[in-house]
Amino acid sequence: MTASIPVLHLSGLSRRFGGITVLSDLDFEIRKGEILGILGPNGAGKSTLFNLISGVLPPSAGAIIYKGTDITRMKPWDRCQAGIGRTYQIPKPFSHMTVFENTLLAAVHGARLSSAQARTRSMDVLHRTGLAPLAAQTAGTLRLLDLKRLELARALAGDPEVLLLDEIAGGLTEAECHSLVDMVMAIRDEGRTIVWVEHVMTALRRACSRLAVIYGGGILTSGTPAEVLADPQLKAVYLGADDAE
Amino acid sequence: MTDLPLPPTSRHAPVVFGRTIVIALVALAVSAPWLTDANALQLGTQFLCLLTVALMWNLLAGYADILSLGQHMFIGVGAYAFYGLAANLSVMPHIAIPLAGIIALLAALPVVFVVFRLRAAYLAVGTWVVAEVFMLVAGRIPGFGLGTGTSLPLSTAKAMGATALDRAVSIYLLALAVALVAWLGTWMLLRSRHGIALMAIRDNEEAASSLGVNLIRTRLGVFLWTAPFLGMVGAITALQKMRISPTASFGFLDWTVFVIFIVVIGGIGSLEGPLIGTIVYFALRYALSDYGTWYLIVLGGVSVAVMLVEPRGLWALLRRWIGEDVIPVSHRAPKQ
Repeated sequence: MTASIPVLHLSGLSRRFGGITVLSDLDFEIRKGEILGILGPNGAGKSTLFNLISGVLPPSAGAIIYKGTDITRMKPWDRCQAGIGRTYQIPKPFSHMTVFENTLLAAVHGARLSSAQARTRSMDVLHRTGLAPLAAQTAGTLRLLDLKRLELARALAGDPEVLLLDEIAGGLTEAECHSLVDMVMAIRDEGRTIVWVEHVMTALRRACSRLAVIYGGGILTSGTPAEVLADPQLKAVYLGADDAE
Repeated sequence: MTDLPLPPTSRHAPVVFGRTIVIALVALAVSAPWLTDANALQLGTQFLCLLTVALMWNLLAGYADILSLGQHMFIGVGAYAFYGLAANLSVMPHIAIPLAGIIALLAALPVVFVVFRLRAAYLAVGTWVVAEVFMLVAGRIPGFGLGTGTSLPLSTAKAMGATALDRAVSIYLLALAVALVAWLGTWMLLRSRHGIALMAIRDNEEAASSLGVNLIRTRLGVFLWTAPFLGMVGAITALQKMRISPTASFGFLDWTVFVIFIVVIGGIGSLEGPLIGTIVYFALRYALSDYGTWYLIVLGGVSVAVMLVEPRGLWALLRRWIGEDVIPVSHRAPKQ
């Protein structure tokens, strides 16, 4: 039942960079408790969408409604504390801090926990994401896959209601990808809503209750994974119109 | 075999050695009044004042990413406030110094509304311009010597002690107290929840804001944190020199250029860096005191050389060998 309640509503959302319009008049709802997969070719505006929702970028027009409140002008840190967490496609670790301190920061400032609670939460998410053995290691020395896990761990440490995942499955082996999907589904089962930008179709097909394809600045198509992946429009935007026919 | 991490005992010894040196330096600083003469104490006072200023600039530029070129404005404000309190209102110097710090903090409040509208290089230039405005205004205040400045009354000097040595000891101890409070306060700040936010801003501002760090409040807080310490340094310097003037009290070269040198050489973004940098600066100043302008040329050359070898300064080189901070600000993970 909770999956039908909109937790995030994007209304007429647009973003222009000079003369280039990346997102145009986007109208979309994200429902509570769902895992929504976002697809689209490179440059379609998927990461821009995350930057708009998380407050890193202001929209050129439109509004973002979160749990009935207009958060369009809210600062990124206020959105995080309100329950919107995110990862970055290109990891942005706090390189001179330890892995533990990276998650501690999110627990202290994002989830606004006391020092003792934040330490416990940090270790919990590090265990969950398999980073606990690296807790004392400086984040700048991690390999790429561990940096991606750290992105997820930090976002979780902030205790988000809506979690924006930006291409966290890239470069994983099949077994690792399978474990990651299990973890994402377990995170959803805790009552969180997940929006997942990804190119790894097998991960999205298994995890998502709904898929949406961004193309040309708007939503090209959306529906269940089976519906969207069978849609000829998806093949057209990825492979070109001739190949899709 | 060289790729293997060093066993804990191998790294432990340099850390203990480093901490022993820090403790020894503090002990030496505390016992200096009983060990040295008035001239050495005056030099010690200058050292402690510059160390405090370097610590504050390091906090701004090294942690909060605020590249201020105008911190000398608060030093000047502190000096002029001290003169106003001690000379014009006959307030005891020991009370006038903390009051000068508070006045510097009050002066910082309107400044933040101006300079925090700017970022990066624009903020750097903005702080410099505001500092120049402060200097020009200071040179036009009646009763403060206008453009040429003025000397403090003899009664202020006598309040610090009957003899030159007594006065040097009193002023040195005030500088030591300010430096120790600044150091301990900054260490506690960095160990707090605000400190971890500062370190995150230092490493990646965008990620920090997305993880709940209020960039505006954190930056404003740090800027205001530094102002009273800078103001007290200005007051102590005015007391030591027994004189204020717009060009000396708001000295860009003395209080900003040399301080940037100290922090860059010593190690930006660390607590050890400003201490190392101040020692190196005073050693070079002493060694090159007879060589005129060559002194500045060598300072510039040393800066460039250190930045080419290790952009994060001498402390970063040492830390690579030691393996951890001598003055720890990190948060350790609970034991598994």
